Amino acid sequence: MNYLASIGSYAIMIKEVFRKPTKWRIMKSLILKEIDELIYGSLGILIFISFFIGGVVAIQTALNITSELIPKNLVGFATRQSIILEFAPTFCSIIMAGKVGSYITSSIGTMRVTEQIDALEVMGVNALNYLVFPKIIALLLYPFIIAIAMYVGIFGGWTAGVLGGFSTSADFIEGVQLDFIPFHVTYAFIKTLIFAFVLATIPSYHGFYMKGGALEVGKAATTSFVWTSVVIIILNYILTQLLLGQ
Amino acid sequence: MIEVKDIYKSFDGTQILKGISTVFDKGKTNLIIGQSGSGKTVFLKCLLGLFNPDKGSISLDGKIYPQLSPREQRGLRQDMGMVFQGSALFDSMTVEGNVMFPLEMFTNKSRSEMQDRADFVLKRVNLGDAHKKYPSEISGGMQKRVAIARAIVMNPKYLFCDEPNSGLDPKTAIVIDNLIHEITLEYDITTVINTHDMNSVMEIGEKIIFLKNGIKEWEGTKEDIFKTDNEAVTNFVYSSELFKKVRQMYIEERN
Repeated sequence: MNYLASIGSYAIMIKEVFRKPTKWRIMKSLILKEIDELIYGSLGILIFISFFIGGVVAIQTALNITSELIPKNLVGFATRQSIILEFAPTFCSIIMAGKVGSYITSSIGTMRVTEQIDALEVMGVNALNYLVFPKIIALLLYPFIIAIAMYVGIFGGWTAGVLGGFSTSADFIEGVQLDFIPFHVTYAFIKTLIFAFVLATIPSYHGFYMKGGALEVGKAATTSFVWTSVVIIILNYILTQLLLGQ
Repeated sequence: MIEVKDIYKSFDGTQILKGISTVFDKGKTNLIIGQSGSGKTVFLKCLLGLFNPDKGSISLDGKIYPQLSPREQRGLRQDMGMVFQGSALFDSMTVEGNVMFPLEMFTNKSRSEMQDRADFVLKRVNLGDAHKKYPSEISGGMQKRVAIARAIVMNPKYLFCDEPNSGLDPKTAIVIDNLIHEITLEYDITTVINTHDMNSVMEIGEKIIFLKNGIKEWEGTKEDIFKTDNEAVTNFVYSSELFKKVRQMYIEERN
């Protein structure tokens, strides 16, 4: 029953986020601030992780090619497919649930604990629109960093594959271009956009409706990470079935 | 003027407010006192419109809260200023940003007009030189003064304060009390303060209501408190040795 009640109040929260918008003059600066915090601030960690995961995928694939019959370009092909289909959109979103999600929950939760949200409500400000809407809009740019993560991941695979002697540059690039289906990129971006909405709203929900003090802010951040990850993984399955399943 | 008629409020089957009626006059500093758990905060939140009473009505100069549309309620909120127990200043904004926030949200004033107004209210609370500081960089007493400046920047008709003296030393607490009282008189505001602080009661309590277990047990002025025979009030107000002696002296003087 608790889960149903939570789903219900989450739906009500989403409705409230889009009601009674804050003045554009103020909203504009809030959105820019969130872009800086959530998107630009996450770029470094995503580039770092993508590069090395791409490298590891390439090495693992190369080490598992034991038969001479398997073409060498499989290293590039497998790296591309892993990065574009799963690593960049899904794995990066799980990382973002930890980085961005816990930041959102703890910042909104601290505002709740210190009565800043009450102050907004007493003034007649729609606190949900003021706090959550800019995050949703900022995270619409999330596919851009995922595109960068895709590029860097494949580049990481090439670097590890070629410099480690697991593949030649020509074989790797041939593999990257082999049987390329453009819809796979579209599929990845559709997933990314949906995950972006989840990343903005579930942590906000856990922060906004938390009760208690500083300890509970920490607990709310952990709970928010768990639920954001669970929802991303379930949605990943459903979207894959819907978009790629025959 | 705020008129409260027979309000009841319960949460999860527990009755918190049990038929409170009172009137808070314009231009007066009205105090709500009572032990923790007596329903003071719930009562204040009902006055603010954050909670709707289960029964009864609250009228702010003839505007009855639950009968107003959401738009009218939001309009009424802009006539209210609130000073929270922990100040509730926005961490990410400077002192000036905090004070200008309601102006930015609800008026179409130019930047310079807003800055002039913020300057004026900050000077009024004796904080003329803290504009660019962040809340974390100023003392608790200064934070309270910024909260008061933010509460009065829109020229409110009603000022609500929840424990404005909590966490302050007695001297700073008196400064804050006097500031609220002066502002109430100066702007002819209806001020309602939730407090535990007996110094505030004696200093600025023009009208005091005492809540006990969600019931209005007593109401009167600070002068009446010395004379009252209500045991619950005297037990609460004169719980400290200092106040017991003050009352004893008052009674001896009177006799």
